[in-house]
Amino acid sequence: MLKMTTTLITALRALRRNPLRSALTTLGIIIGIAAVIAMVQIGEGSSAAIKQTIANMGANELIIFPGAAASGGVSFGGGSAVTLTSADADAVARDCPSIGTAAPVVNGRMQLVRGGQNWVPQFIAGTTPAYFAIRDWAVSQGRLFGNDDVSGANEVCVLGQTVVKQLFPSGMPVGKTILVESVPLKVIGVLQFKGANMMGMDQDDILAMPWTTMKYRVSGTALQNQNQSSAAGGSTFSTSQLYPETSQNLYPVPSATEQQDLPQPVRFPNVNSILVSVPTSAQIPQAVNEITALLRQRHHLRAGVPSDFNIRNMAEISNALGHTSQLMTNLLIGVALISLMVGGVGIMNIMLVSVTERTREIGLRMAIGAQPADILGQFILEAIVLCLFGGALGIFLGQALSTAVQTLLHWPIQLSAPAMIASVAVSVVVGLVFGYYPAWKASRLDPIEALRYE
Amino acid sequence: MMELIKVENIVKTYQLGGGGVQVLKGVSLAIDRGEMVALMGASGSGKTTLMNILGCLDRPTSGKYFLDGQEISRMSVNQRALVRNEKIGFVFQNFNLLARTTALENVLLPTSYSNEPLSAKAHRLHATELLEQVGLADRLDHEPSQLSGGQQQRVAIARSLVNNPKLVLADEPTGNLDSRTSEEVLRMFQELNEKKGITILLVTHDATVAAHAKRTIRIRDGLIEENLPQNSADAAALPVT
Repeated sequence: MLKMTTTLITALRALRRNPLRSALTTLGIIIGIAAVIAMVQIGEGSSAAIKQTIANMGANELIIFPGAAASGGVSFGGGSAVTLTSADADAVARDCPSIGTAAPVVNGRMQLVRGGQNWVPQFIAGTTPAYFAIRDWAVSQGRLFGNDDVSGANEVCVLGQTVVKQLFPSGMPVGKTILVESVPLKVIGVLQFKGANMMGMDQDDILAMPWTTMKYRVSGTALQNQNQSSAAGGSTFSTSQLYPETSQNLYPVPSATEQQDLPQPVRFPNVNSILVSVPTSAQIPQAVNEITALLRQRHHLRAGVPSDFNIRNMAEISNALGHTSQLMTNLLIGVALISLMVGGVGIMNIMLVSVTERTREIGLRMAIGAQPADILGQFILEAIVLCLFGGALGIFLGQALSTAVQTLLHWPIQLSAPAMIASVAVSVVVGLVFGYYPAWKASRLDPIEALRYE
Repeated sequence: MMELIKVENIVKTYQLGGGGVQVLKGVSLAIDRGEMVALMGASGSGKTTLMNILGCLDRPTSGKYFLDGQEISRMSVNQRALVRNEKIGFVFQNFNLLARTTALENVLLPTSYSNEPLSAKAHRLHATELLEQVGLADRLDHEPSQLSGGQQQRVAIARSLVNNPKLVLADEPTGNLDSRTSEEVLRMFQELNEKKGITILLVTHDATVAAHAKRTIRIRDGLIEENLPQNSADAAALPVT
């Protein structure tokens, strides 16, 4: 131990005897480590930023769809089961710890009319205010509808930018009324611009209203391929409701008995999907498990019975994008490591020069009792100390570099402790690898020859 | 046991090209403890080779070498390094001090390779004492470039003594010094020999240097030529080849 310390002191002295050369020698390592640190920090910052962007595009969302209904061996396809309800959405939001929040969604495809304009938007969503929280979507004008609008099935709606453009060429839609399937809805807000989603669909081509309004006022059924018995019901509005001023009955009024006998369309409180937010993509598998367990229990499904719902997520896309940015970071680290190699070669070069230059010193040390192992240790330690010194300076420089990039270019960066620890380890390894050969050469010198060296 | 050095029929052959060149052709000699001996010889006489063997830097091709009762010629590289560290102090013609290193640190250099369980503080104290003894008490922090040749050689002498060696091997210690400084340095060796009883081997080609020793061993063409006590009348008058 004592010998180790004295060797270390000897190495430090030797380096201090030629400070300029020591500094220049280690410059390669400084630059290499600085590059690694800066690359890792900038790379991880970008990676985090990309992940954030992906999250905004809906990667951290789950969508629960109802399963397929079947009647007499005939399947009606995915989404035809009517067992998924808004109560399920409430239960998921309340009882699953791994999720953020959940919103039921009722879809439709209907014509909107406003004055002389008409338009069929790509998305018509009946939902709750949670929907906008999940999609991280705010209004640019007016307000969103609230939970009281949902419970009261109020006739209000908010519009996406594309719909506003189609129906209100002059702008200013807030406070105006539009007709949805002949039902008047008051526009209370306009959503912010969001652009296309990952499938290329225009997300701004949307009309959103409370799901209760959608379900019970606008359309009794949401999908055309709804359960056969409800689909048979058709519209729930009679002509007298649509045209209240028409006093004349076109058809004979059915008697009370006749009305009772007439089969009424069954109104299921089902929704088309439930949108669920998950705080981080890592929690998605856990969230899926929790939701599956909860919904199976709520739907009274025994073990072995297939689930009457499906859970979809965008993890694949999110992973692919994450991998891409990881790949870029690794590539840059690879380049930085090459510069570290070059730095190591510089160390080896100078150490070789140093060994030649200090041949007499080595001879003297051997004459006064240094064993070859002592000489080997001294020179390796010198190289390692140089590299460690370079590594420490490199970490500072890399830190400064990435901070400068952050402040000047506004790129996101992320501090990386593992990168710093790894750089220190790499410096030691570089010192060991590139210091070994010169040190070995020094230890193999013949003291007689070395003492006589001029 | 009076003998510090006992050499029996040492032969050293260097392999050059096809054949071997025999540099030492069967050298036998003995040096007692507390002696001060000069080893004289012209260049090419085998003087340097013999000195390297006596200094445990080299091994003889055949023959035996006992230093302080230990057989050296069978020892490994590491064992010989230990012997050099513990038993031999070296003084060189060109001083061989480490540049940009203080006199004190230079003197302390051999202690960093010794197995002696002394604290760093004790070593420093000892080194300081030695520098005081060689008259450099006020030069402890000076680097070799700030010292004269004589002062540098005195630092080197202090360094050779720091591990309390049995033998000090001085290879042309005055070769780079003027006559007055040479005299000082040689007197210092004499003092060390007389007061501390350290065995000293002066290797030189200069008869006036050899005259400071009590005995001179002459070597010529790889053989010991004569083994004269110093005060025999014609010692200084012998021609130097």
